[in-house]
Amino acid sequence: MFLSNMKSLRTGIIPVLAMVLLAGLSACNKKDAGSADNEILIGHYGSLTGATATFGQSAQKGIEMAVDAINASGGVLGKKLKVLVEDDQGNPIEAQTAVTKLINKDRVVAVLGEIASSNSLAAAPVAQQNRIPMISPGSTNPKVTAVGDYIFRVCFIDPFQGLVMAKFATNTLKLKNVAVLRDIKSDYSVGLANFFVENFTKMGGTIVTDISYSQGDKDFTAQLTAIKAKNPDGIFVPGYYTEVGLLARQARKLGIKVTLLGGDGWDSSKLWEIGGDALNGCYYSNHYSVDDPSPILQKFVADYKAKYKGTSDSIPDAMAALGYDAALILADAMKRANSTRPDSVRDALAQTKGFMGVTGNTTLDENRNAVKPAVVLEVVVDAKGNGKNVFKETVSP
Amino acid sequence: MESFLQQLINGISLGSIYALVALGYTMVYGVLRLINFAHGDVYMLGAYFGYYLSRAVQGKTPSHILDAAVVMLLSMIGCALVGMVMERLAYRPVRKASRLTLLIIAIGVSLLIENAGQLFFGADPKFFPQLIPETHVQMGGLMVTNQQLIVLFTALALMILLNLFIYRSRTGKAMRAVSFNLDAAKLMGINTDRIIALTFALGSALAAAGGILVSINIPGIDPLMGVMTGLKAFVAAVLGGIGNIFGAVLGGLILGLAEVMVAGYGSSTYRDAIAFLILIVILLFKPSGILGKGQVEKV
Repeated sequence: MFLSNMKSLRTGIIPVLAMVLLAGLSACNKKDAGSADNEILIGHYGSLTGATATFGQSAQKGIEMAVDAINASGGVLGKKLKVLVEDDQGNPIEAQTAVTKLINKDRVVAVLGEIASSNSLAAAPVAQQNRIPMISPGSTNPKVTAVGDYIFRVCFIDPFQGLVMAKFATNTLKLKNVAVLRDIKSDYSVGLANFFVENFTKMGGTIVTDISYSQGDKDFTAQLTAIKAKNPDGIFVPGYYTEVGLLARQARKLGIKVTLLGGDGWDSSKLWEIGGDALNGCYYSNHYSVDDPSPILQKFVADYKAKYKGTSDSIPDAMAALGYDAALILADAMKRANSTRPDSVRDALAQTKGFMGVTGNTTLDENRNAVKPAVVLEVVVDAKGNGKNVFKETVSP
Repeated sequence: MESFLQQLINGISLGSIYALVALGYTMVYGVLRLINFAHGDVYMLGAYFGYYLSRAVQGKTPSHILDAAVVMLLSMIGCALVGMVMERLAYRPVRKASRLTLLIIAIGVSLLIENAGQLFFGADPKFFPQLIPETHVQMGGLMVTNQQLIVLFTALALMILLNLFIYRSRTGKAMRAVSFNLDAAKLMGINTDRIIALTFALGSALAAAGGILVSINIPGIDPLMGVMTGLKAFVAAVLGGIGNIFGAVLGGLILGLAEVMVAGYGSSTYRDAIAFLILIVILLFKPSGILGKGQVEKV
């Protein structure tokens, strides 16, 4: 009896001990892979698929290019940078999951992302709670960096973007009566619409109607018919490119001929693929223009074209340029901090001053936002459906 | 007034698509008492078949209308096959099981098609080729495009053809017999398996037509486009009286009009809510739907 008990105890205990040992070993291994290796892990979460797919894809291309350039010139603190990418499908819930995975499983020292503000807003609290610095390349809603002191962005914010388009509508296009059609599901769109309305009415313009659609909608005829009845001389549509493209087409079908105006959410080569020549003569505000003659920018455009030749998007859009700058600014902060400890990197990031990137001079203010000029671009699409953006004007803050 | 008439046109063209998709729900429910939740995804597959076919066919036939007709016909045949395969593999083996089992399997099939679609077609929206160049038709102050008219008349023609098939043909009669009583129909020598397969094929072909007609008018397609449309078509079928083909058409039109009027005159935030509000109200006060009386012939 006793013997047999001993035996069963032994047979039971040995596998358990072995398992504990193995688990301990593998845990050690994992830790080594994260820290002691010759690599610094940073994470990027973005919409590589979904309705805002070009945002994530472009940002990833820009980040890739920046990281290659940094590693080619010796890396950071003697180590190579390595980017781990997670696709969030343009969905806030997935964005939160992606950042949780990057921080808790992959043990990245910093995260880059997202472009769409709703996704950044969903993921930022995770980065903040874990005290991991996060840099959004292109989220313009003011609430994003207000989440906490670990959240940064390298682009301007919507109060400024709304002002830019209100100025452009009033002074350049001489519009008096504008209709607003906002995406009620997107924090970006709602925020930008509010700032536009506020500034445009302050400048003496009238908002004839202010209605909404929901991201993912395909049929906008009801809203557009209601807008047509109000006879505006322009329509402000601060949405994302997929909906804007479809909406522009339907507006022209209903015989609405007036100019459509929008923000940086329009910036995608898919815009004219979807919207076609319905978008001719429409304007949007953006972070940069490829026509800008600045040498640093032209070198970036040439390098980008060479690197991504033959892919569907070989001309860098603003998201690519911002992704590039975000990665460079992060590397710069690590160098200045002389450490990859998240809290030291955070402190160095907050001190970013006069960083010359492809989207201009980046200085982060006390709210961890960049203060930068905006450009206004005109969409020009030829009969074959090939589109391009034509630079109209620069507005400084 | 002008704007109201325009909204009426918008509502009818949206509603005619819901009607086409709702017909598939109602036909399958009629013969099997099964709500085929994968039906909305067949609609999505129809649009994608159309997308790939258009790129192969476009410009190879003498006219644009012929292009569109070939694409639509092939895509309808493709989806009819998908419908039959779906019935054979997923529903026939469990036909004798409880209705709950069937319902859960239907949800599973739906998720399978949606996720396989994202895998094979890519999760980002695709631009549906312009099969028919757009021309504007001005009617007073109203603006209609030739595309809208084509969509409307094709939908109408398909519904009339379906009606003729069900009420004037021998096979249609067999289908009605199966919907009354499956076992009795079997005793009368009707090959019920074949009739059920045919019902799935017809319903799926109509969904494919719906998918293509929508894409001609609104050229953005994605693998999840069938989720919302499928749900709304289901509401339309219930609203009209599920199992009743006239009910499906009526329900589709009412739903399309309600949605457009809410978005146009109320707040577009409630656009999707209105469909489900209608569903709740109809289930509370007239669960059998507007035309769904016990006496009405079921398909």
